[in-house]
Amino acid sequence: MKVYLDYAATTPLDPMVLEAMKPYFYKKFGNSMSLHSWGLEAKKALEESRETVARFMSANPEEVIFTGSATESINFVIKGIAFANKEKGKHIITSAIEHHAVLESCKWLEKQGFEVTYLPVDKYGLVDLEKLKNSIKNNTILVSIMHANNEIGTIEPIEEIGRICKEKDILFHTDAVQSFGKLPIDVEKMNIDLLSLSAHKFYGPKGVGATFVRKGTNIDPLLHGGGHEFGLRSSTENIAGVVGLAEAVRLRTKEMKSEAIKLTKLRDHLIKNVLKIENSHLNGHPIKRLPNNANFWFAFIEGEALIIQLDSCGIAASTGSACSSATLEPSHVLQAIGLKHEEAHGSLRLSLGKYTNKTEIDYTIKTLPKVVENLRKVSPFKGKWK
Amino acid sequence: MKTSLYSKEVMKYFKHPKNVGTIKNPDGIGRVGNMTCGDIMELYIKVKDNKIVDIKFQTFGCVVALAVSSMLTEIAKGKTIEEALKITNKDILKKSGPVPPIKIHCSFLAADALYEAIYNYLSKSKKTIPSNLKKEHERILNNLKQVEGTHKEFTEFEEKILRK
Repeated sequence: MKVYLDYAATTPLDPMVLEAMKPYFYKKFGNSMSLHSWGLEAKKALEESRETVARFMSANPEEVIFTGSATESINFVIKGIAFANKEKGKHIITSAIEHHAVLESCKWLEKQGFEVTYLPVDKYGLVDLEKLKNSIKNNTILVSIMHANNEIGTIEPIEEIGRICKEKDILFHTDAVQSFGKLPIDVEKMNIDLLSLSAHKFYGPKGVGATFVRKGTNIDPLLHGGGHEFGLRSSTENIAGVVGLAEAVRLRTKEMKSEAIKLTKLRDHLIKNVLKIENSHLNGHPIKRLPNNANFWFAFIEGEALIIQLDSCGIAASTGSACSSATLEPSHVLQAIGLKHEEAHGSLRLSLGKYTNKTEIDYTIKTLPKVVENLRKVSPFKGKWK
Repeated sequence: MKTSLYSKEVMKYFKHPKNVGTIKNPDGIGRVGNMTCGDIMELYIKVKDNKIVDIKFQTFGCVVALAVSSMLTEIAKGKTIEEALKITNKDILKKSGPVPPIKIHCSFLAADALYEAIYNYLSKSKKTIPSNLKKEHERILNNLKQVEGTHKEFTEFEEKILRK
Protein backbone atom coordinates (compact mmCIF):
# COMPACT_ATOMS: atom_id res chain seq x y z
CA MET A 1 0.00 0.00 0.00
CA LYS A 2 1.23 3.49 -0.85
CA VAL A 3 0.33 6.24 1.62
CA TYR A 4 1.49 9.82 1.10
CA LEU A 5 1.46 11.68 4.41
CA ASP A 6 3.79 14.52 3.54
CA TYR A 7 1.34 17.11 2.20
CA ALA A 8 3.08 19.80 4.26
CA ALA A 9 6.16 19.27 2.07
CA THR A 10 4.27 19.44 -1.19
CA THR A 11 0.99 18.36 -2.78
CA PRO A 12 0.11 16.83 -6.12
CA LEU A 13 -1.37 19.13 -8.72
CA ASP A 14 -5.16 18.94 -8.89
CA PRO A 15 -6.06 17.65 -12.38
CA MET A 16 -8.40 20.62 -12.79
CA VAL A 17 -5.50 22.97 -12.12
CA LEU A 18 -3.47 21.21 -14.78
CA GLU A 19 -6.32 21.62 -17.28
CA ALA A 20 -6.59 25.33 -16.52
CA MET A 21 -2.82 25.77 -17.01
CA LYS A 22 -2.37 23.76 -20.22
CA PRO A 23 -3.39 26.37 -22.85
CA TYR A 24 -0.91 28.87 -21.41
CA PHE A 25 2.04 26.65 -22.27
CA TYR A 26 1.43 26.64 -26.03
CA LYS A 27 -1.72 28.26 -27.48
CA LYS A 28 -1.82 31.25 -25.13
CA PHE A 29 1.90 31.70 -24.74
CA GLY A 30 2.02 35.50 -25.02
CA ASN A 31 4.05 37.92 -22.92
CA SER A 32 1.70 39.98 -20.77
CA MET A 33 3.73 43.13 -21.57
CA SER A 34 3.22 42.82 -25.35
CA LEU A 35 0.72 45.12 -27.02
CA HIS A 36 -0.71 42.62 -29.54
CA SER A 37 -3.57 40.22 -28.99
CA TRP A 38 -1.26 37.47 -27.72
CA GLY A 39 -0.02 39.82 -25.07
CA LEU A 40 -3.48 41.04 -24.16
CA GLU A 41 -4.70 37.50 -23.77
CA ALA A 42 -1.89 36.80 -21.30
CA LYS A 43 -2.51 40.09 -19.51
CA LYS A 44 -6.18 39.22 -19.13
CA ALA A 45 -5.36 35.82 -17.61
CA LEU A 46 -2.88 37.47 -15.28
CA GLU A 47 -5.31 40.09 -14.00
CA GLU A 48 -8.17 37.64 -13.61
CA SER A 49 -5.88 35.40 -11.59
CA ARG A 50 -4.83 38.33 -9.45
CA GLU A 51 -8.46 39.06 -8.69
CA THR A 52 -9.18 35.46 -7.67
CA VAL A 53 -6.22 35.32 -5.30
CA ALA A 54 -7.05 38.75 -3.83
CA ARG A 55 -10.70 37.91 -3.26
CA PHE A 56 -9.80 34.77 -1.29
CA MET A 57 -8.16 36.85 1.44
CA SER A 58 -10.37 39.97 1.12
CA ALA A 59 -7.59 42.00 -0.51
CA ASN A 60 -7.62 44.28 -3.55
CA PRO A 61 -6.19 42.87 -6.80
CA GLU A 62 -3.45 45.51 -6.95
CA GLU A 63 -2.25 44.30 -3.56
CA VAL A 64 -1.29 40.87 -4.90
CA ILE A 65 2.25 40.44 -6.27
CA PHE A 66 3.06 37.16 -8.00
CA THR A 67 6.48 35.66 -7.28
CA GLY A 68 8.45 32.51 -8.03
CA SER A 69 8.04 30.91 -4.61
CA ALA A 70 7.10 31.60 -1.03
CA THR A 71 10.80 31.79 -0.16
CA GLU A 72 11.08 34.62 -2.66
CA SER A 73 7.95 36.28 -1.26
CA ILE A 74 9.37 36.15 2.25
CA ASN A 75 12.80 37.44 1.20
CA PHE A 76 11.07 40.24 -0.71
CA VAL A 77 9.00 41.25 2.31
CA ILE A 78 11.69 41.08 4.97
CA LYS A 79 14.50 42.67 2.98
CA GLY A 80 12.21 44.98 1.00
CA ILE A 81 10.58 46.41 4.13
CA ALA A 82 13.88 46.62 5.98
CA PHE A 83 15.64 48.59 3.25
CA ALA A 84 12.72 50.85 2.37
CA ASN A 85 12.10 51.78 6.01
CA LYS A 86 15.60 51.87 7.46
CA GLU A 87 15.39 55.63 8.05
CA LYS A 88 12.39 54.95 10.30
CA GLY A 89 14.07 52.20 12.26
CA LYS A 90 16.23 49.11 12.07
CA HIS A 91 14.48 46.73 14.45
CA ILE A 92 12.52 43.64 13.38
CA ILE A 93 10.60 41.20 15.56
CA THR A 94 10.01 37.59 14.57
CA SER A 95 9.68 34.25 16.34
CA ALA A 96 12.08 31.41 17.08
CA ILE A 97 9.97 28.92 15.12
CA GLU A 98 9.71 30.68 11.76
CA HIS A 99 10.61 28.94 8.51
CA HIS A 100 14.26 29.22 7.49
CA ALA A 101 13.25 31.67 4.74
CA VAL A 102 12.34 34.14 7.50
CA LEU A 103 15.14 33.26 9.92
CA GLU A 104 17.91 33.29 7.34
CA SER A 105 16.67 36.59 5.85
CA CYS A 106 16.69 38.08 9.35
CA LYS A 107 20.12 36.65 10.08
CA TRP A 108 21.41 38.23 6.88
CA LEU A 109 19.85 41.58 7.83
CA GLU A 110 21.62 41.40 11.19
CA LYS A 111 24.89 41.34 9.24
CA GLN A 112 23.72 44.50 7.45
CA GLY A 113 23.27 46.33 10.74
CA PHE A 114 19.65 45.56 11.55
CA GLU A 115 18.58 44.33 14.95
CA VAL A 116 16.30 41.30 15.21
CA THR A 117 14.34 40.02 18.20
CA TYR A 118 13.47 36.32 18.07
CA LEU A 119 10.45 35.80 20.31
CA PRO A 120 10.39 32.53 22.24
CA VAL A 121 7.35 30.27 22.17
CA ASP A 122 5.68 28.13 24.82
CA LYS A 123 5.76 24.33 24.85
CA TYR A 124 2.97 24.25 22.26
CA GLY A 125 4.75 26.66 19.94
CA LEU A 126 2.55 29.67 20.70
CA VAL A 127 4.00 33.17 20.66
CA ASP A 128 3.46 35.08 23.91
CA LEU A 129 1.58 38.31 23.15
CA GLU A 130 2.89 40.05 26.27
CA LYS A 131 6.46 39.33 25.22
CA LEU A 132 5.66 40.67 21.78
CA LYS A 133 4.28 43.89 23.26
CA ASN A 134 7.34 44.25 25.49
CA SER A 135 9.72 43.72 22.57
CA ILE A 136 8.29 46.57 20.51
CA LYS A 137 10.59 49.59 20.47
CA ASN A 138 10.47 53.06 18.91
CA ASN A 139 12.56 51.83 15.99
CA THR A 140 10.61 48.61 15.31
CA ILE A 141 9.56 48.57 11.65
CA LEU A 142 8.29 45.04 11.09
CA VAL A 143 6.79 42.12 12.96
CA SER A 144 6.88 38.80 11.09
CA ILE A 145 5.02 35.88 12.68
CA MET A 146 3.86 32.82 10.80
CA HIS A 147 0.17 31.95 10.62
CA ALA A 148 0.70 28.23 11.19
CA ASN A 149 3.91 26.36 11.82
CA ASN A 150 5.12 24.01 9.10
CA GLU A 151 6.51 21.38 11.46
CA ILE A 152 4.20 21.19 14.44
CA GLY A 153 1.10 22.79 12.90
CA THR A 154 0.47 25.24 15.73
CA ILE A 155 -1.76 28.16 14.71
CA GLU A 156 -0.52 31.51 16.01
CA PRO A 157 -2.90 34.21 17.30
CA ILE A 158 -2.28 36.40 14.26
CA GLU A 159 -5.48 38.41 14.61
CA GLU A 160 -4.31 39.62 18.03
CA ILE A 161 -0.78 40.15 16.73
CA GLY A 162 -2.23 42.20 13.86
CA ARG A 163 -4.18 44.31 16.32
CA ILE A 164 -1.11 44.98 18.46
CA CYS A 165 0.90 45.98 15.39
CA LYS A 166 -1.86 48.25 14.14
CA GLU A 167 -2.10 50.02 17.50
CA LYS A 168 1.66 50.61 17.46
CA ASP A 169 1.69 51.49 13.75
CA ILE A 170 4.15 48.70 12.87
CA LEU A 171 3.93 46.63 9.70
CA PHE A 172 2.81 43.04 10.20
CA HIS A 173 3.87 40.22 7.89
CA THR A 174 2.60 36.67 8.18
CA ASP A 175 4.08 33.62 6.48
CA ALA A 176 0.86 31.85 5.49
CA VAL A 177 2.49 29.10 3.43
CA GLN A 178 1.01 26.28 5.51
CA SER A 179 -2.34 27.91 6.28
CA PHE A 180 -3.31 29.47 2.96
CA GLY A 181 -6.14 27.42 1.49
CA LYS A 182 -6.58 25.52 4.75
CA LEU A 183 -7.72 28.25 7.13
CA PRO A 184 -9.85 31.33 6.36
CA ILE A 185 -7.76 34.47 5.90
CA ASP A 186 -9.08 38.02 5.90
CA VAL A 187 -6.29 40.57 5.67
CA GLU A 188 -8.65 43.37 6.76
CA LYS A 189 -10.05 41.65 9.82
CA MET A 190 -6.66 40.26 10.79
CA ASN A 191 -4.80 43.56 10.23
CA ILE A 192 -2.25 41.89 8.01
CA ASP A 193 -0.04 44.26 5.99
CA LEU A 194 2.01 41.63 4.20
CA LEU A 195 1.46 37.94 3.58
CA SER A 196 3.41 35.21 1.77
CA LEU A 197 1.97 32.09 0.14
CA SER A 198 2.93 29.28 -2.20
CA ALA A 199 0.78 27.43 -4.75
CA HIS A 200 2.29 23.95 -4.42
CA LYS A 201 1.14 23.59 -0.82
CA PHE A 202 -2.50 23.53 -1.90
CA TYR A 203 -2.62 21.48 -5.12
CA GLY A 204 -1.21 24.20 -7.36
CA PRO A 205 2.05 24.10 -9.34
CA LYS A 206 5.56 24.48 -7.95
CA GLY A 207 7.53 27.57 -8.88
CA VAL A 208 4.83 30.14 -8.21
CA GLY A 209 3.95 32.09 -5.09
CA ALA A 210 2.41 35.40 -4.17
CA THR A 211 2.84 38.24 -1.72
CA PHE A 212 0.05 40.40 -0.41
CA VAL A 213 1.34 43.96 0.04
CA ARG A 214 -1.16 46.37 1.57
CA LYS A 215 -1.71 49.46 -0.58
CA GLY A 216 0.58 52.32 0.44
CA THR A 217 3.19 50.08 2.06
CA ASN A 218 6.72 51.35 1.61
CA ILE A 219 8.65 48.38 0.20
CA ASP A 220 11.65 47.92 -2.11
CA PRO A 221 11.70 45.20 -4.80
CA LEU A 222 14.21 42.36 -4.75
CA LEU A 223 14.23 42.06 -8.53
CA HIS A 224 14.73 45.22 -10.56
CA GLY A 225 14.06 45.26 -14.28
CA GLY A 226 11.13 45.76 -16.62
CA GLY A 227 8.74 46.93 -13.93
CA HIS A 228 6.36 43.97 -13.84
CA GLU A 229 3.99 43.50 -10.88
CA PHE A 230 3.61 47.22 -10.19
CA GLY A 231 7.38 47.58 -10.24
CA LEU A 232 7.73 45.24 -7.26
CA ARG A 233 8.82 42.08 -9.07
CA SER A 234 10.35 42.39 -12.49
CA SER A 235 10.45 39.21 -14.58
CA THR A 236 8.35 38.03 -17.49
CA GLU A 237 5.15 36.73 -15.94
CA ASN A 238 4.82 32.98 -15.46
CA ILE A 239 1.27 33.02 -16.81
CA ALA A 240 0.70 29.26 -16.72
CA GLY A 241 1.93 29.16 -13.13
CA VAL A 242 -0.16 32.15 -12.08
CA VAL A 243 -3.27 30.69 -13.74
CA GLY A 244 -2.55 27.42 -11.89
CA LEU A 245 -2.21 29.26 -8.60
CA ALA A 246 -5.50 31.06 -9.17
CA GLU A 247 -7.31 27.89 -10.17
CA ALA A 248 -5.99 26.16 -7.04
CA VAL A 249 -7.24 29.08 -4.95
CA ARG A 250 -10.64 28.92 -6.67
CA LEU A 251 -10.91 25.22 -5.81
CA ARG A 252 -9.90 25.88 -2.20
CA THR A 253 -12.78 28.34 -1.83
CA LYS A 254 -15.14 25.46 -2.53
CA GLU A 255 -13.32 22.66 -0.71
CA MET A 256 -11.66 24.25 2.29
CA LYS A 257 -14.44 24.03 4.84
CA SER A 258 -15.61 20.46 4.26
CA GLU A 259 -12.03 19.26 3.93
CA ALA A 260 -11.03 20.81 7.26
CA ILE A 261 -13.82 18.89 8.99
CA LYS A 262 -12.83 15.62 7.32
CA LEU A 263 -9.11 16.03 7.98
CA THR A 264 -9.54 17.12 11.60
CA LYS A 265 -11.45 13.91 12.22
CA LEU A 266 -8.84 11.74 10.51
CA ARG A 267 -6.02 13.62 12.23
CA ASP A 268 -7.50 13.15 15.69
CA HIS A 269 -8.12 9.47 14.99
CA LEU A 270 -4.47 9.17 13.97
CA ILE A 271 -3.15 11.09 16.98
CA LYS A 272 -5.26 9.14 19.46
CA ASN A 273 -4.00 5.81 18.15
CA VAL A 274 -0.35 6.73 17.64
CA LEU A 275 -0.14 7.97 21.22
CA LYS A 276 -0.97 4.43 22.32
CA ILE A 277 2.63 3.57 21.44
CA GLU A 278 4.72 3.49 24.61
CA ASN A 279 6.89 6.58 25.15
CA SER A 280 5.29 8.57 22.34
CA HIS A 281 4.42 12.23 22.58
CA LEU A 282 2.50 14.82 20.56
CA ASN A 283 4.35 17.96 19.44
CA GLY A 284 2.41 21.17 18.98
CA HIS A 285 -0.92 22.36 20.31
CA PRO A 286 -3.65 19.76 20.84
CA ILE A 287 -6.41 22.01 19.43
CA LYS A 288 -4.87 25.13 17.89
CA ARG A 289 -3.28 23.17 15.07
CA LEU A 290 -3.68 22.78 11.32
CA PRO A 291 -6.38 20.25 10.44
CA ASN A 292 -3.85 18.23 8.45
CA ASN A 293 -0.86 18.17 10.82
CA ALA A 294 0.20 15.51 13.31
CA ASN A 295 3.69 15.61 14.84
CA PHE A 296 5.14 13.19 17.38
CA TRP A 297 8.35 12.21 19.03
CA PHE A 298 9.24 8.69 20.01
CA ALA A 299 11.81 8.04 22.70
CA PHE A 300 14.94 5.90 22.00
CA ILE A 301 14.87 6.10 18.19
CA GLU A 302 16.09 8.38 15.43
CA GLY A 303 13.82 10.00 12.86
CA GLU A 304 15.68 9.41 9.63
CA ALA A 305 15.78 5.68 10.26
CA LEU A 306 12.08 5.87 11.07
CA ILE A 307 11.30 7.69 7.81
CA ILE A 308 13.24 5.19 5.70
CA GLN A 309 11.56 2.21 7.40
CA LEU A 310 8.15 3.79 6.91
CA ASP A 311 9.07 4.41 3.27
CA SER A 312 9.82 0.70 2.91
CA CYS A 313 6.29 0.11 4.16
CA GLY A 314 4.95 2.56 1.57
CA ILE A 315 4.37 5.48 3.93
CA ALA A 316 5.81 8.93 3.13
CA ALA A 317 6.51 11.11 6.17
CA SER A 318 9.01 13.65 7.46
CA THR A 319 11.23 14.29 10.49
CA GLY A 320 12.99 17.09 12.33
CA SER A 321 15.93 14.85 13.14
CA ALA A 322 19.46 16.15 12.65
CA CYS A 323 20.43 13.15 10.54
CA SER A 324 18.00 14.24 7.86
CA SER A 325 19.20 17.82 7.69
CA ALA A 326 22.09 19.30 5.76
CA THR A 327 23.53 20.85 8.91
CA LEU A 328 23.26 17.75 11.13
CA GLU A 329 21.33 19.93 13.57
CA PRO A 330 17.94 18.96 14.92
CA SER A 331 14.94 21.13 14.10
CA HIS A 332 15.01 24.62 15.60
CA VAL A 333 11.24 24.45 16.03
CA LEU A 334 11.37 21.33 18.19
CA GLN A 335 14.19 22.82 20.23
CA ALA A 336 12.25 26.05 20.68
CA ILE A 337 9.28 24.16 22.17
CA GLY A 338 11.71 22.67 24.68
CA LEU A 339 12.63 19.30 23.22
CA LYS A 340 16.12 18.01 24.01
CA HIS A 341 18.35 16.93 21.13
CA GLU A 342 17.62 13.25 21.64
CA GLU A 343 13.90 13.96 21.74
CA ALA A 344 13.92 16.07 18.59
CA HIS A 345 15.89 13.29 16.86
CA GLY A 346 12.95 10.96 17.30
CA SER A 347 10.38 13.25 15.72
CA LEU A 348 7.89 12.34 13.02
CA ARG A 349 5.58 14.61 11.04
CA LEU A 350 2.56 13.10 9.33
CA SER A 351 0.68 15.64 7.22
CA LEU A 352 -2.62 14.79 5.59
CA GLY A 353 -4.24 16.15 2.45
CA LYS A 354 -7.39 16.10 0.41
CA TYR A 355 -6.70 12.67 -1.05
CA THR A 356 -6.04 11.06 2.36
CA ASN A 357 -8.65 8.50 3.41
CA LYS A 358 -9.47 6.40 6.47
CA THR A 359 -7.97 3.21 4.98
CA GLU A 360 -4.61 4.96 4.63
CA ILE A 361 -4.73 6.31 8.17
CA ASP A 362 -5.67 2.90 9.56
CA TYR A 363 -2.81 1.28 7.66
CA THR A 364 -0.45 3.87 9.19
CA ILE A 365 -1.85 3.24 12.66
CA LYS A 366 -1.20 -0.47 12.16
CA THR A 367 2.29 -0.10 10.67
CA LEU A 368 3.85 2.60 12.83
CA PRO A 369 4.01 0.68 16.15
CA LYS A 370 5.83 -2.22 14.45
CA VAL A 371 8.37 0.09 12.84
CA VAL A 372 9.00 1.94 16.11
CA GLU A 373 9.42 -1.37 17.94
CA ASN A 374 11.85 -2.65 15.30
CA LEU A 375 14.09 0.37 15.70
CA ARG A 376 13.91 0.28 19.47
CA LYS A 377 15.27 -3.27 19.38
CA VAL A 378 18.50 -1.91 17.91
CA SER A 379 18.67 1.14 20.18
CA PRO A 380 21.07 1.26 23.14
CA PHE A 381 18.66 3.52 25.01
CA LYS A 382 15.57 1.43 25.41
CA GLY A 383 14.58 1.87 29.02
CA LYS A 384 17.59 4.03 29.87
CA TRP A 385 15.89 7.39 29.71
CA LYS A 386 12.47 8.16 31.19
CA MET B 1 14.58 4.92 -11.15
CA LYS B 2 16.39 5.35 -7.88
CA THR B 3 13.84 4.62 -5.22
CA SER B 4 16.14 4.57 -2.23
CA LEU B 5 18.51 7.16 -0.85
CA TYR B 6 21.05 4.48 -0.01
CA SER B 7 22.83 1.53 -1.62
CA LYS B 8 21.38 -1.97 -1.69
CA GLU B 9 23.90 -3.17 0.89
CA VAL B 10 23.11 -0.31 3.28
CA MET B 11 19.39 -1.00 2.99
CA LYS B 12 19.92 -4.73 3.47
CA TYR B 13 21.80 -4.25 6.73
CA PHE B 14 19.46 -1.49 7.85
CA LYS B 15 16.39 -3.64 7.39
CA HIS B 16 17.91 -6.86 8.67
CA PRO B 17 20.85 -5.93 10.91
CA LYS B 18 23.16 -8.71 12.06
CA ASN B 19 24.59 -9.00 15.59
CA VAL B 20 22.14 -6.66 17.29
CA GLY B 21 22.09 -6.56 21.08
CA THR B 22 24.42 -6.77 24.04
CA ILE B 23 26.75 -9.42 25.48
CA LYS B 24 26.49 -10.55 29.07
CA ASN B 25 29.81 -9.94 30.84
CA PRO B 26 31.56 -8.56 27.78
CA ASP B 27 35.35 -8.39 27.68
CA GLY B 28 35.23 -4.93 26.15
CA ILE B 29 32.72 -2.15 25.51
CA GLY B 30 33.11 0.74 23.07
CA ARG B 31 30.76 3.67 23.24
CA VAL B 32 31.13 6.53 20.75
CA GLY B 33 29.12 9.37 19.26
CA ASN B 34 27.23 12.30 20.64
CA MET B 35 23.67 13.46 20.86
CA THR B 36 24.18 16.70 18.98
CA CYS B 37 24.58 15.02 15.62
CA GLY B 38 22.47 12.14 16.77
CA ASP B 39 24.54 8.98 16.46
CA ILE B 40 25.44 6.85 19.44
CA MET B 41 27.05 3.43 18.97
CA GLU B 42 27.67 0.81 21.59
CA LEU B 43 29.83 -2.16 20.78
CA TYR B 44 30.32 -5.27 22.94
CA ILE B 45 33.08 -7.81 22.38
CA LYS B 46 33.88 -11.24 23.77
CA VAL B 47 37.54 -12.24 23.37
CA LYS B 48 38.92 -15.75 23.58
CA ASP B 49 42.52 -16.74 22.81
CA ASN B 50 43.15 -13.25 21.48
CA LYS B 51 40.26 -13.60 19.03
CA ILE B 52 36.98 -11.68 18.88
CA VAL B 53 34.62 -14.62 19.22
CA ASP B 54 31.46 -12.63 19.69
CA ILE B 55 30.51 -9.06 18.91
CA LYS B 56 27.20 -7.23 19.32
CA PHE B 57 26.05 -3.66 18.77
CA GLN B 58 23.31 -1.23 19.64
CA THR B 59 22.98 2.03 17.75
CA PHE B 60 20.85 5.10 18.09
CA GLY B 61 21.11 6.83 14.76
CA CYS B 62 20.23 7.12 11.13
CA VAL B 63 20.02 4.47 8.44
CA VAL B 64 23.72 4.58 7.57
CA ALA B 65 24.79 4.57 11.22
CA LEU B 66 22.71 1.46 11.87
CA ALA B 67 23.88 -0.32 8.71
CA VAL B 68 27.59 0.37 9.12
CA SER B 69 27.58 -0.68 12.79
CA SER B 70 26.14 -4.00 11.77
CA MET B 71 28.62 -4.35 8.89
CA LEU B 72 31.49 -3.64 11.23
CA THR B 73 30.45 -6.46 13.57
CA GLU B 74 30.56 -8.89 10.64
CA ILE B 75 33.97 -7.65 9.50
CA ALA B 76 35.46 -7.87 13.02
CA LYS B 77 33.98 -11.18 14.09
CA GLY B 78 36.58 -13.98 14.23
CA LYS B 79 39.52 -11.62 13.82
CA THR B 80 42.47 -11.52 16.21
CA ILE B 81 42.94 -8.30 18.18
CA GLU B 82 45.86 -7.36 15.94
CA GLU B 83 43.82 -7.97 12.79
CA ALA B 84 40.84 -6.12 14.20
CA LEU B 85 42.95 -3.07 14.95
CA LYS B 86 43.82 -2.89 11.25
CA ILE B 87 40.16 -2.45 10.30
CA THR B 88 39.43 1.10 9.15
CA ASN B 89 36.38 2.92 7.90
CA LYS B 90 37.60 2.13 4.36
CA ASP B 91 36.88 -1.56 4.94
CA ILE B 92 33.37 -0.64 6.02
CA LEU B 93 32.82 1.64 3.03
CA LYS B 94 34.04 -1.16 0.76
CA LYS B 95 31.23 -3.29 2.13
CA SER B 96 28.58 -0.58 2.19
CA GLY B 97 29.22 0.93 -1.21
CA PRO B 98 29.02 4.70 -1.64
CA VAL B 99 27.22 6.70 1.04
CA PRO B 100 26.33 10.43 0.85
CA PRO B 101 29.31 12.61 1.90
CA ILE B 102 27.48 13.86 4.99
CA LYS B 103 27.15 10.25 6.16
CA ILE B 104 30.79 9.21 5.82
CA HIS B 105 31.37 10.19 9.44
CA CYS B 106 29.13 7.25 10.41
CA SER B 107 31.70 4.80 9.00
CA PHE B 108 34.48 6.50 10.99
CA LEU B 109 32.28 6.27 14.04
CA ALA B 110 31.80 2.52 13.61
CA ALA B 111 35.56 1.94 13.34
CA ASP B 112 36.06 4.14 16.40
CA ALA B 113 33.58 2.05 18.37
CA LEU B 114 35.71 -1.02 17.62
CA TYR B 115 38.96 0.71 18.68
CA GLU B 116 37.29 1.82 21.90
CA ALA B 117 36.00 -1.67 22.63
CA ILE B 118 39.47 -3.14 22.11
CA TYR B 119 41.06 -0.36 24.18
CA ASN B 120 38.58 -1.13 26.93
CA TYR B 121 39.34 -4.87 26.70
CA LEU B 122 43.10 -4.40 26.79
CA SER B 123 43.01 -2.01 29.73
CA LYS B 124 40.56 -4.16 31.68
CA SER B 125 42.66 -7.29 31.17
CA LYS B 126 45.84 -5.31 31.97
CA LYS B 127 47.40 -6.06 28.60
CA THR B 128 49.81 -3.78 26.79
CA ILE B 129 48.03 -1.15 24.75
CA PRO B 130 49.77 -0.52 21.42
CA SER B 131 50.89 3.09 21.05
CA ASN B 132 48.76 3.45 17.90
CA LEU B 133 45.65 2.48 19.78
CA LYS B 134 46.50 4.91 22.56
CA LYS B 135 46.66 7.64 19.94
CA GLU B 136 43.34 6.56 18.46
CA HIS B 137 41.77 6.63 21.89
CA GLU B 138 42.99 10.19 22.50
CA ARG B 139 41.82 11.26 19.06
CA ILE B 140 38.34 9.86 19.71
CA LEU B 141 38.09 11.74 22.99
CA ASN B 142 39.27 14.92 21.25
CA ASN B 143 36.84 14.42 18.38
CA LEU B 144 34.00 14.42 20.80
CA LYS B 145 35.02 17.88 21.93
CA GLN B 146 35.55 19.07 18.37
CA VAL B 147 32.19 17.90 17.07
CA GLU B 148 30.61 20.08 19.66
CA GLY B 149 32.67 22.99 18.33
CA THR B 150 31.89 22.36 14.63
CA HIS B 151 28.37 23.60 14.97
CA LYS B 152 29.39 26.51 17.13
CA GLU B 153 28.08 29.23 14.84
CA PHE B 154 24.75 27.52 14.40
CA THR B 155 24.49 26.66 18.07
CA GLU B 156 25.21 30.23 19.06
CA PHE B 157 22.47 31.53 16.80
CA GLU B 158 20.18 28.86 18.14
CA GLU B 159 20.99 29.76 21.74
CA LYS B 160 20.35 33.38 20.97
CA ILE B 161 16.93 32.48 19.63
CA LEU B 162 16.14 30.26 22.56
CA ARG B 163 17.41 32.64 25.20
CA LYS B 164 15.27 35.57 24.13
